[in-house]
Amino acid sequence: SKEAGKKDNSTRYSLLASLSCSSTNTVVEMQNPSSGVKGAEQKLNVTTIPHVIAGETHTPIRVKVIKQEAQAFATMLVAYGYIYPLQNHKKLVMCNDASLYRFQTPYFWPTQKWVAEDTDYAIYLAKRNIRKKGMLEPYEQAHYNHLHEWLNHKWDFIVMQATEQYKVARERKKPDRVVFDCQERAYWIVNRPPRYTHSAMDYGPDRLIDPSADQVKGQYRHTHTHTHTHTEWRRLRILLEMVKYITNYKNHDPFLAPCLPSNPWQTESDAYWNLNTRRVDVPTKMRVERWSFSLFELLSDLRGRDDFKIFLKKEFSGENLAFWEAAEEMKWGTASSMSTKAEAIFKTFLAPGAPRWINIDGRTMGLTVKGLDHPHRYVLDAAQTHVFMLMKKDTFFRYLKSPVYKDIQKKALNPEPHNFSDSQVEQNARNRGMGIHPIILWQQEEEERAKAAIASAPVDVKAVMSKIDRKK
Amino acid sequence: MCDQTFMAITFGPCDNCSTTSPLMNIYIKNEPTNYCSFCVEMMACQGLLKGETLASLKNESESLKKKLEEERAKLHDVELHQVAEKIEVVSALSIKTRRVLKGHGNKVLCMDWCKDKRRLVSSSQDGKVIVWDGFTLNKEHAVPMPCTWVMACAYAPSGCAIACGGLDNKCSVYPLSLDKNENLAAKKKSVAMHTNYLSGCTFTNSDMQILTSSGDGTCALWDVESGQLLQSFHGHTADVLSLDLAPSETGNTFVSGGCDKKANVWDMRSGQNVQSFETHESDINCCRLYDLRADREVAVYQKDSIIFGVSSLDFSLSGRLLFGGYNDYTINIWDVLKGNRVSMLFGHENRVSTVKVSPDGTSVCSASWDNTLRVSRALGMPWLLVLYSLT
Repeated sequence: SKEAGKKDNSTRYSLLASLSCSSTNTVVEMQNPSSGVKGAEQKLNVTTIPHVIAGETHTPIRVKVIKQEAQAFATMLVAYGYIYPLQNHKKLVMCNDASLYRFQTPYFWPTQKWVAEDTDYAIYLAKRNIRKKGMLEPYEQAHYNHLHEWLNHKWDFIVMQATEQYKVARERKKPDRVVFDCQERAYWIVNRPPRYTHSAMDYGPDRLIDPSADQVKGQYRHTHTHTHTHTEWRRLRILLEMVKYITNYKNHDPFLAPCLPSNPWQTESDAYWNLNTRRVDVPTKMRVERWSFSLFELLSDLRGRDDFKIFLKKEFSGENLAFWEAAEEMKWGTASSMSTKAEAIFKTFLAPGAPRWINIDGRTMGLTVKGLDHPHRYVLDAAQTHVFMLMKKDTFFRYLKSPVYKDIQKKALNPEPHNFSDSQVEQNARNRGMGIHPIILWQQEEEERAKAAIASAPVDVKAVMSKIDRKK
Repeated sequence: MCDQTFMAITFGPCDNCSTTSPLMNIYIKNEPTNYCSFCVEMMACQGLLKGETLASLKNESESLKKKLEEERAKLHDVELHQVAEKIEVVSALSIKTRRVLKGHGNKVLCMDWCKDKRRLVSSSQDGKVIVWDGFTLNKEHAVPMPCTWVMACAYAPSGCAIACGGLDNKCSVYPLSLDKNENLAAKKKSVAMHTNYLSGCTFTNSDMQILTSSGDGTCALWDVESGQLLQSFHGHTADVLSLDLAPSETGNTFVSGGCDKKANVWDMRSGQNVQSFETHESDINCCRLYDLRADREVAVYQKDSIIFGVSSLDFSLSGRLLFGGYNDYTINIWDVLKGNRVSMLFGHENRVSTVKVSPDGTSVCSASWDNTLRVSRALGMPWLLVLYSLT
């Protein structure tokens, strides 16, 4: 058990900070006799309890809230213990029916500064035990036994307090006593929730560092003075580009436009995924359209990249993309493969007379070659960026105008939207397949890659020539 | 996406220790210098120097921050929703829960989608990590972790492995198998080692590297094969709670969010903190959108009736919708351009810990402290229904 009262950890207070202003104000407002929620008297067993409200009349003051939201908000008030249920007292939700609730007394509100201590809980359980032996529920009995062991040194004090409180309670009038018992019980349901229930008071593990504590950190010593000197016009243009991007992708967003033939999660048919696999022969029209949005989109979709490669082959300019791919392999590869990859890339793309020599400016070439003395994963960054920009500003647009792209646009599929009846959807659900496991797909991809590497391996012309020379 | 500003890194001898490595461009006493990230960390760990006091350093930092704010305030910028005035509103969304994944014995803390758009991995307080086929509800693997509170989990881009960690301060990689009965724990590979709990992890563009964030205030990039630390990222002054990679052409940056109320953008190559956004203390129950190139906040998503904090966010495929998982057990869906709330999702019985849209955008998965995961999707477009009824 943790006597967490002393530690002022920020996690708990950030949880309660959200409650302190808004919810306490709301709860006070709700109890306003003229504008608040209407209460009534209620006969419970032999006493009458005043100020009880039925769940369904419990729509909060704010008029602009939809019914479900009102219920969710009300459930929060119950979960945190501002309101407690009278009947099913262990279930801390607001039910939208005639079940009865009561406002909790402010003394027991969670925003009070004191933590619900184990000692207090022990006193409460002991008091209930005094009142009627065997009154405790199994989970409470388990807590009681546990506390009896851990707080054994204080047990006399605990029993004494419990007895005192019990005596004081007996002197109260019966309705007041019943009310207080309910309030106290509700408080402990919130702060010591029964097993297997979800508690809103849970906040997870404590944070390590208290952000408000005064500690010397290096950040005070060096601050990046990174100010953008953009004009307002430029910043406006940036926002417009964002709006344009979002508008462009609208029809491709399954939450905003229907995906054809249908969304698998809705109709239980995985046709949509089957039509959009990595190596599908004929892609869909939507997929092909997306390739035209940017070079990044085209290259990110491996099927699109394949199509781009077909175009580049026709133009005999595949080395730029090949270099870009090799640089990616290096960037995201294992640390141990850096030097071997660097060497292979240098030999293939950068060395004078290399079989797939890339045409980049002298300065970048110089920097890159120099950097290859100490190969690290970002050594090709400058060259890769240069090549990417070349492709982006020139090759990409020529691709979009090319017969290769126009051809695939024509061929692309436009699937008919599904129109399943409910029983057909159920049938689909029964026939749901496992799809191809990603591991198997990956193995297939590895095989394809190996095949492609062999097919495109540059012939070392010089070696062949010198071999022929030696034979002569 | 939009035209990226490329930042070339400097690579050469460090001004302090002379080793050749990627360099960070920093200012010491207003003088620009180039230090390698190791020397920067060493400097950051020094205590107060002669002539410095905690108060003086704090004042210096505050005045620099103020200067930056003044520069930003000089420009009379338009708000995003003003720019988007002419854009059509998002028609009312009707979203329904399509799957409820039950099987965790305690709070589900994190989840991640597989690139195949149907499988996912989830981790829980009870120490279990489960790999599901969300489409068939099939549990493919259940990996027991040696610690409770597995706060982070991630699916490898190839779909052949998962990574997870939490209170064990580590991030471990488990290769997956086609055999359901195989004991995955036997092939576990410990990759990342932090000095405090692991709060977030993600693979980069390949299975070979993972990026982690930790309660010890740092983020780090690791080589999976060797477990080597490739780069560490220092700058947060409190626990780092989350991170996300930039989906950019250059793929060189990521953002991290910490308890120090800062969102920092980092260059993965040099370890440098290239941008930082600070939020104010009072607003813990709203979402803020920052534009990196404009270097400012462009939108805030909040409502008076929302008083509980957000724990997790994700965008829909086009970026028009923002899904936020809140601590009041609900998910609010915002229109990113207009700034208003479009819809709400109910159903969870405790706070929502993680919200992630599937890779093709067809559904959104929410993980909750009520031990379940829910997969939801839009039910149908109202205008489509109208068309059918007309015929």
